[in-house]
Amino acid sequence: MTMLVLSGIAVMVAGFVLRFNPLLVVVAAAAVTGLAAGMDLHAIIAAFGKAFNDTRYVSVIWIVLPVIGLLERYGLQQRARELVAAMKGATLTRLLVGYMLLRQLTAALGLTSIAGHAQTVRPLLAPMAEAAAAPATPAEAEEVRALAAATDNIGLFFGEDIFIAIGSILLMKGFLEQQGIDLAPFDLSVWAIPSAVAAFAIHSLRLWLRARRRV
Amino acid sequence: MSGAAMIGLAQVYVLAGLVFAAFAVLSARDASNPKRLANAAFWGLLAVSMLAGDRLGDFGNGLLVLALVGIAAITGLGRGSQSPAAAPRSGKGLFALAVVIPLAALAGTLGFKHWPGLVDPKQATLVSLALGVILALGLGMAWLRPRASEPLEEGRRLMDAVGWAAVLPQMLASLGAVFALAGVGEVVGQLATAIIPEGSRLGAVLAYGLGMAAFTMVMGNAFAAFPVMAAAIGLPLLIHQYHGDPAVVAAIGMLSGFCGTLMTPMAANFNVVPAALLDLKDRNAVVKAQVPTALPLLLVNIALLWFLAFR
Repeated sequence: MTMLVLSGIAVMVAGFVLRFNPLLVVVAAAAVTGLAAGMDLHAIIAAFGKAFNDTRYVSVIWIVLPVIGLLERYGLQQRARELVAAMKGATLTRLLVGYMLLRQLTAALGLTSIAGHAQTVRPLLAPMAEAAAAPATPAEAEEVRALAAATDNIGLFFGEDIFIAIGSILLMKGFLEQQGIDLAPFDLSVWAIPSAVAAFAIHSLRLWLRARRRV
Repeated sequence: MSGAAMIGLAQVYVLAGLVFAAFAVLSARDASNPKRLANAAFWGLLAVSMLAGDRLGDFGNGLLVLALVGIAAITGLGRGSQSPAAAPRSGKGLFALAVVIPLAALAGTLGFKHWPGLVDPKQATLVSLALGVILALGLGMAWLRPRASEPLEEGRRLMDAVGWAAVLPQMLASLGAVFALAGVGEVVGQLATAIIPEGSRLGAVLAYGLGMAAFTMVMGNAFAAFPVMAAAIGLPLLIHQYHGDPAVVAAIGMLSGFCGTLMTPMAANFNVVPAALLDLKDRNAVVKAQVPTALPLLLVNIALLWFLAFR
């Protein structure tokens, strides 16, 4: 009987694999888990509703969008692209390391959407990386483009959690609060800094080693 | 718990509710969006939640959630066309304005501590964030002189681009609460304790870090993995039994999950979509380019957990 409460996890895995709408998967997992634990549907809906109401601050972050939207309308993304384009002529290692640093720093300030695969990688970083690497084969050209996309992801993931009001930080705060542990977002975000430094060091080292192998 | 005059979450929720209400109204009027009414209903329900959630009751809030999910799953949300961008302004000015919000949030978080009675100290960060938004908006309006509705209109455009995914973190946090009620954490924890050698702090740290990464790879989402792994191992073993620092356990656990995100095609937005955008023949080329960074980084995160959580 106790193992049955794990069926909600199975629902989540199956739901994500089968590409159902994730919101639907989440409520289905909650329903299955609650039923397995012997709760009735009314109690499950009420429990989920209470938790949703108690964790509203997780979605408060979207109040920044009018400001970001205004800045983007007046050219923030274009200025960010110019900053990337100014790195033209650098070696592949310098280009990608420089971009990663820029991506980490801006993400740490909460500016996660000024760069990205559609905004900067495809129009700028990937072609510049190819130009800098001067690949000998089409396969190598693909590898360089994939590396450009990878660098964007790594910079974003290991920069954004330093910002105190990003979704994941507020999710952690919400979870811990439900368990009776009160923490300020700032307490959580400072502990993202060591990993951010490590991500920068490891990926830079890898890019540098790659360049040495090619010479 | 807080004095009547204190600024806290209640006021932040009112601001958020008004912003979502504006998104709803602007969505309803967006003729270029084929699903404008669905968008309007979705953002409108979120506005109701922010403005009146405390008066809806638990079951009422549950029904509100079901309505949100119904809209997202059945009709889906749409996106309107984009208005042409204005002439770009000075990069320095734009970047300076962009850092107003994070700087305000940081300054308020640190500063309001020394100014008790004005702002609820537990919510200083979110209150400061909201004040930062208002400040940045004021400065932006004065400098850029846009039409009055422009910031909300542009915000609505970005909100539509995020779509229903905007509430996913909140939904996952709520699912974590239901999991906790049903005792999911204890059961996964029992399974984990069966594998982890009795009394082995290292074993628990390894199981937590690797479990976060593996679970994230399966689900494609560290947000979804976190409530499960934290309830199963993070909370009972690392925090309660071994007295680890909860902030470190949570933050670095999440980042171990992010290492998993780098290694899975399930995280389609980050790993599969760019492969298509960049015309890569191999759909998994981006994942392959990330694994050699993600694996050592996962080890470093586990080491950081070990050294920083038990100072």
